Amino acid sequence: MGQHSNWPEWIYIGVVVALLVWVGAEAWNVERIVEHIPEDAETIKVLGQQWFWTFEHEDGTTEIGQLHLEAGKAYRFEVTSKDVIHSFNIHDYVVLLDAVPGRTNIVWFSPTEAGEYDIQCREYCGLIHYNMRGKLIVEDPTA
Amino acid sequence: MVLELRNPRPIWQIMFSTHHTDVGLLYLITSLAFLFLGGALAIAIRLELFLPGSQFIADSMTFNRIFTVHGTTMIFLFILPSASAVGNYFVPIMVRYKDMAYPKLNAIAFWMIPPAGALIWLGFADFTWYATPPYSIISAPGPAADMWIFGLKILGVSSILGAINFIVTIMKCKHPDMSLGQVPLLAWAFLSSSLIILVALPTFAAALVMLLTDRLGVSGFFNPAMGGDPIAYAHLFWFTFHPEVYVLVIPAIGMMYEIIPRFSRKPIFSASSGIFAFVLLAIVGFSSWAHHMYATGMSFTEKTVFMVGTLAAVPASAMHVFNFLATMWNGRIKFATPMMWSVGGIALFFSAGAGGVVNSAMPLDFVTHDSYWVVGHFHLFVMGTIAFGTIGYIYYMFPYVTGRMYNEKMGVAHFVMAFIGTVLVFFTQHVLGLFGMPRRVYDYPPIPEWIAMNQIATVGAMLIGVSMALFLGNMIYSTAKGKIANMDDPFGLGGKYYYPYQRKNPQH
Repeated sequence: MGQHSNWPEWIYIGVVVALLVWVGAEAWNVERIVEHIPEDAETIKVLGQQWFWTFEHEDGTTEIGQLHLEAGKAYRFEVTSKDVIHSFNIHDYVVLLDAVPGRTNIVWFSPTEAGEYDIQCREYCGLIHYNMRGKLIVEDPTA
Repeated sequence: MVLELRNPRPIWQIMFSTHHTDVGLLYLITSLAFLFLGGALAIAIRLELFLPGSQFIADSMTFNRIFTVHGTTMIFLFILPSASAVGNYFVPIMVRYKDMAYPKLNAIAFWMIPPAGALIWLGFADFTWYATPPYSIISAPGPAADMWIFGLKILGVSSILGAINFIVTIMKCKHPDMSLGQVPLLAWAFLSSSLIILVALPTFAAALVMLLTDRLGVSGFFNPAMGGDPIAYAHLFWFTFHPEVYVLVIPAIGMMYEIIPRFSRKPIFSASSGIFAFVLLAIVGFSSWAHHMYATGMSFTEKTVFMVGTLAAVPASAMHVFNFLATMWNGRIKFATPMMWSVGGIALFFSAGAGGVVNSAMPLDFVTHDSYWVVGHFHLFVMGTIAFGTIGYIYYMFPYVTGRMYNEKMGVAHFVMAFIGTVLVFFTQHVLGLFGMPRRVYDYPPIPEWIAMNQIATVGAMLIGVSMALFLGNMIYSTAKGKIANMDDPFGLGGKYYYPYQRKNPQH
């Protein structure tokens, strides 16, 4: 203490702080862009319950465990739960939002490629949490 | 059964003692017992996940109970008591006082742990260490859940009593000739972590009572069916348990501050920056709790605030890493077992911190949250940093406790296997999380990458298991039959260096 100079430590702390500021600013900017929901996004109501997912399209059709969407369109999910907390997750498209009973959380995404993707629950919800899985089926645009 | 072999005493004398080293010994033995129990559960989890499909655990409920009790045991019944063990042994000696400030309170705080541990283990609850409502209210089977709540309640009281004792011992009982700046960093670590406990813990204590009355159906604080809000619980829980992370990690860092200068044969590079970083971490640690909750539907502003709060805690941790490296720089380092554990712990602490920066960056959190990435990330802290620091310190204090030396070769083998195992398990789990595997799952679909990485992790866990068996064997054998330690300089570092060994408070 005091006998030797401490300047290497202050330079090091300066570098660390600069890195953190850069990470924070970049994260802030990306998140701001990612959270901006396009106006033409189609709304899909997502309901989680022990232990399956129900999807309701804008035209009133419902699907259980499967979700059919079109590539290139934007979709806005209104996520909620009937019983306990679940977490709606399409890992390949980084869609992740908790389904909380009594709340409606909103997240959007736009599938880019036709194909099948996994839908899963990412929050512990009891006995069959491990198998609370679904399929996202992205089809090429019809028209 | 006789312990402390240099002056043998029957075990009941130690059990009914209020002397700080006796209570410390009780803490130490209890925490190690729970380390091995919790570790056995971890092995069971890893074996079950070796392949998709059901292996040997019959159903998912049993699996869910196992990982819940594993987490609860390791945090509350291993890490916290093992830190108290070290604190009990060394804090009074470091502040040059005859005992803890309140010896009876000290013994009471310890004796709350066995009944709490019994409640947790006999109940075997299934709602994760986080006890999320509304699952924990409407779905989790009793009486296991209620026993868990009571167990944690008791442990909370024990922690608060222990924290008060450490604070008073350091602030009021230190030798009058000793200024606060001269108090060694290990004691400073206990001062900072105890202050965090006092501020943070009451919040969770209140949440636990609310959870219990919700389960009884007389209130609806967290039950949406009765107008409550489960997210309120998440805030109360993390307001306690994010700072609690620092309660766990700060004593381990303090232990490294004892070991690294001794085995580098150099004074600490900057004790004042160590103290500054402890206090800073204790304060900034309170500004980041909701970074565990980005995915609960928080607004952009809330997320930004908690991201900044989280990143603000990083420089303080980075200061410790710098301090350790600068202390070792140009030192005549002796890589005995305690030093190896400390250096390994610092490397893993750095890795854990780097992963934490990724988690706190908002868009990336949605990739990692509640996936195996998070499991790998926090295990690098609890296992890689805290357990490594603590185990290193247990080797370091072994001659002081028993008057004998442990077997150095077995200690080195323990470290090498545990280090390789830790890297294999928890680095792999990071990658597994990037491939999308959720945490807390009993079974998983046969995705080739998931299978491969789960198998690597299981092999790593086996390696840790074998190394821990060596540790247990070494401790038991060396306590009874180890070489008599040279108490002036047990590690052969040269006589000039201060050892707390050289002092022992008389029994009273």
